[in-house]
Amino acid sequence: MATHQPLPDQPPPISQRGWLRWLREHLFSTWYNSVLTVVIGYWLISTFVPLINWAFIQAVFTGDGADACNPDGACWVFVEQRLGFFIYGFYPAEFRWRPNLVFALFALSVVPQFLPLPTTIRKWLAIFGITGLPLAAYFLIAGGHFGLESVPTSRWGGLMLTLILAYVGILAALPIGILLALGRRSEMPVIRGICVVFIEFWRAVPLITILFMASVMLPLFLPDGVTFDKLLRALVGITLFQSAYMAEVVRGGLQAIPRGQYEAAEALGLGYWRRMQLIILPQALKIVIPGIANTVISLFKDTTLVLIIGLFDLLGAVKSTLSDPAWSNVMAEGYLFVAFCFWVFCFGMSRYSHRLEKQLETGHRN
Amino acid sequence: MKKTMIMFGLAATGLLALGAQAQASTLEDVRDAGQLRCGVSNGLPGFSQPDSDGNWTGLDVDTCRAVAAAVLGDANAVEFIPLTAAERFTALQSGEIDVLSRNTTWTTTRDASLGLNFTGTNYYDGQGFLVKEALGVDSAYDLDGAAVCTQAGTTTELNLADFFRANDMEYEAVVFDTSEASAQGFDNNRCDILTSDTSQLAALRTQLSDPDSAVILPEVISKEPLGPVVRQGDDEWFNVVKWVLFGQINAEEYGVDSTNVDEMVDSNNPNVERILGADGNMGEILGLNDDFMVEVISEIGNYGEMFDRNVGPDTPIGLSRGVNALWTDGGILYAPPFR
Amino acid sequence: MTTDPRPLRPGRPKPWNDPRVRSVVFQILAIAGVAWVGYTLFHNTVSNMESRGISTGFGFLNETAGFGIIMSLIPYNETMSYGQTFLVGLMNTLLVSGLGILLATIVGFVVGIARLSSNWLVAKVALAYIEVFRNIPLLLQIFFWYFAVLGALPGPRQAVNVGDIAFMSNRGIVLPKPVFEPGAWVMGTGLVIALATIVVLAIWARRRQAATGRIFPVLPIAVVLIPGLPLLGYLLTGGPVSWDVPSLGGFNFRGGITAIPELGALLLALTLYTASFIAEIVRSGIVSVDKGQTEAALALGLPARRVLRLVVIPQALRVIIPPLTSQYLNLTKNSSLAVAIGYPDLVNVFMGTTLNQTGQAVEIVAMTMAVYLTISLAISVLMNLYNRAVALKER
Repeated sequence: MATHQPLPDQPPPISQRGWLRWLREHLFSTWYNSVLTVVIGYWLISTFVPLINWAFIQAVFTGDGADACNPDGACWVFVEQRLGFFIYGFYPAEFRWRPNLVFALFALSVVPQFLPLPTTIRKWLAIFGITGLPLAAYFLIAGGHFGLESVPTSRWGGLMLTLILAYVGILAALPIGILLALGRRSEMPVIRGICVVFIEFWRAVPLITILFMASVMLPLFLPDGVTFDKLLRALVGITLFQSAYMAEVVRGGLQAIPRGQYEAAEALGLGYWRRMQLIILPQALKIVIPGIANTVISLFKDTTLVLIIGLFDLLGAVKSTLSDPAWSNVMAEGYLFVAFCFWVFCFGMSRYSHRLEKQLETGHRN
Repeated sequence: MKKTMIMFGLAATGLLALGAQAQASTLEDVRDAGQLRCGVSNGLPGFSQPDSDGNWTGLDVDTCRAVAAAVLGDANAVEFIPLTAAERFTALQSGEIDVLSRNTTWTTTRDASLGLNFTGTNYYDGQGFLVKEALGVDSAYDLDGAAVCTQAGTTTELNLADFFRANDMEYEAVVFDTSEASAQGFDNNRCDILTSDTSQLAALRTQLSDPDSAVILPEVISKEPLGPVVRQGDDEWFNVVKWVLFGQINAEEYGVDSTNVDEMVDSNNPNVERILGADGNMGEILGLNDDFMVEVISEIGNYGEMFDRNVGPDTPIGLSRGVNALWTDGGILYAPPFR
Repeated sequence: MTTDPRPLRPGRPKPWNDPRVRSVVFQILAIAGVAWVGYTLFHNTVSNMESRGISTGFGFLNETAGFGIIMSLIPYNETMSYGQTFLVGLMNTLLVSGLGILLATIVGFVVGIARLSSNWLVAKVALAYIEVFRNIPLLLQIFFWYFAVLGALPGPRQAVNVGDIAFMSNRGIVLPKPVFEPGAWVMGTGLVIALATIVVLAIWARRRQAATGRIFPVLPIAVVLIPGLPLLGYLLTGGPVSWDVPSLGGFNFRGGITAIPELGALLLALTLYTASFIAEIVRSGIVSVDKGQTEAALALGLPARRVLRLVVIPQALRVIIPPLTSQYLNLTKNSSLAVAIGYPDLVNVFMGTTLNQTGQAVEIVAMTMAVYLTISLAISVLMNLYNRAVALKER
């Protein structure tokens, strides 16, 4: 007697499996979703196909001058030919190994943070990044010591200047911001008042007015005959501005720490600074990593404003070469190049902050 | 919180310490530093323009180089500090620069109320108009209703308003923060006319995508004597900067140029002998070496050479000498004598 | 019984160890420090200004400005005073900030909701938009729109012509301007009556809904009434409005209202940049609403779109409002980048041209900063009031 043999399962209908099902669920689930998909799809194709054609397929990437370019495609030759200027500004060509060395050191302290290396190595490289690197960068790029010829800041420019402004700004703004945040939560009314006024003032005014003050009015505030470098003045302005934002971010973290942590730390008999340093700040800073990352990213983007006070950062350097009569019309290429550079840095930083946030997640949050 | 205060204090002191304390004598300062700090425009072809290696060229740049050659014996011992129009005077007042050579118009207010001294005129200029040839305009009096691109923070904006009001015409001012941006706006057809000093117009015209499509109208609506500026209250330095330029103009007048300066030192012309320091102590009384003009002429040249090299008819700027010719050639360049 | 000679309570600590004494000392030091810094700055400034012969005081505000401004919401010409230039700049700043906030909010909400769309393509396009626009400096975006996009528009003689009444060129968009003739007040009154009716109706409808649960359709009535009543007035009085239609004359268009391209570029850049941040805020606000809320609302039989409007969004707003406030503040401050492309905002006109003509940096910068401080405080106060209104009410 033959046993009952169930037939093998039928495959689901074609519309319920594979990519067809995916399409149905994700693109054509209802009639208005279908309309949306078609409209947006049409828009994407009609915009991006010509754009890709212009930017890559018809584009010319290398050459000797404007003549090499194709009128229907992007002229990346312009970027290729001026890359040195975009990266270093007016920095003398024979000394460019110095910023290059700094870039290498920078990469050395940053790139391993993304690699699966032992924590101690990463930690020491990070510590080098915030202590040794700025010093080394100063001595190498500015020169004037150890037999290196001095290069005045008026010759610094391009991406190098952007990175210097951003890096120094961040390194200086974070500690000042933490102190301001602690001050704002202090029990001493005078200190609290001073910090509140300071933070609210810098947060209320546009960065451009601050840079303007730094470049034009600061000499008025200093004793007669005392001057300091324009780049340094811009840095002071940027740092004070960003430290106020940093302070608000850190304050958010301080407020999120339960009272019990403060009380427990006090009960242990720790003094104020040790309480903050050992108990409160490590927890608070961890909570606000996304906020700090956002502030860092916005600082990085804000460095472009220095072009308004006449410093040649990356955007300034590119913009100043756009009017070169030797190149007919490379405006779109120039701006796209700058946009791409900033985008890579900013996007990279936001990804890194996500990663760091996950890494430091110890599961105590509820 | 004490630590906070201490840190702020330290930071502030540190910032102050980084600042250099300027001495009373600019000449001494420049000699001690071994280089001249010169404020220039952040990019104007023919006057001060950096190439991509940061080498500056132009008439204003050469004016500074000449001073460096006279004081330090090296025309390359100059640090050029690009300044925006808004920053230029504070930068000089605060001692950030030693000389301002940034096509700056000599006016009463600037001379009298800003604590500055204009040392002379290295280019006699006047405000003019650049228009697209296609518009078919050939006089500034036909510009009623036009949109005008101009640069903020200059005397140009006021002259423009005065001119249009005096002639009962209307206009629309499109104001940009740099001369470069205003030229870009003009090139993009944002406005019908670009107004600025005529020398600048000639320079900006070279930056247009099609320089031949634009013409400079014949009318000049203002006087704009441009020249180097120093701080008030340091007469020694004022004299040095003043007489280097006078020396270059005199040299042209007496036919001394960079090609013949070595022979001219032995010239029998007493004027030439005094300029080049072969006779008298003109350099010494200015606080310089007696042969300072030899250095200037051999490195930079006389005024005419400087003009021709940077903005003359054979350059892309293509300016003719016009009123900037010597008084002996029908111009108004007339330098006091070396005596 | 012997008594313990030691006191029961510890004595007062030495003054330098007493927290209260310390705190007082620190605060006095802080006050002294701030006062010293303030005094030094003040003293330096005054002595520098004196030695450089820079004039002081606010008398310059009454002097004749002598320069033209391309766009003004209030009457202005070059014979007016520097004080008037301040007002012109201020109005232009408020205009671009106000429009920017409105547009960025709309775009931001649309993109934020699109980000959560069930349509894969819509969600990904929204994501790409957010990641691209918020990671590129605003200044660069302004340059891009101004020079590369709007600069590529045709000149006035080749302007894009919309039915001979509106024109678009690289000089901006020119629209016909309404000229009100006597009798136009009837239309104005109609508008006022319509608005007042709608407000009263809305209040009544809300009360009724609270009391009875029945919903009264205010929105369709508003859509009909607000344009309807003025139109009725227009027809009754026989059309007291004529149109000043722009026409090409000489170099440019004459007549009509012009929206200058600087305004367009600045607005476009500010809107798209800020909207990318607002979209993320909106998205996280909506995500933060517990799924149970939606399910409970659906279980009550509410239709899906009412669930979003009546249950999800009101709760999401509590999370959205605080960061939204700082985006509004950022947009207002960022509008000062106008200076880079020549839109005549406060920083460009007053802190730029006026400052250069008068040289009175301290007064002018102080006035400019005071304006931004005031705007900041005003927006914060308004937003705090609103925040309080939507905050969780514990019953």
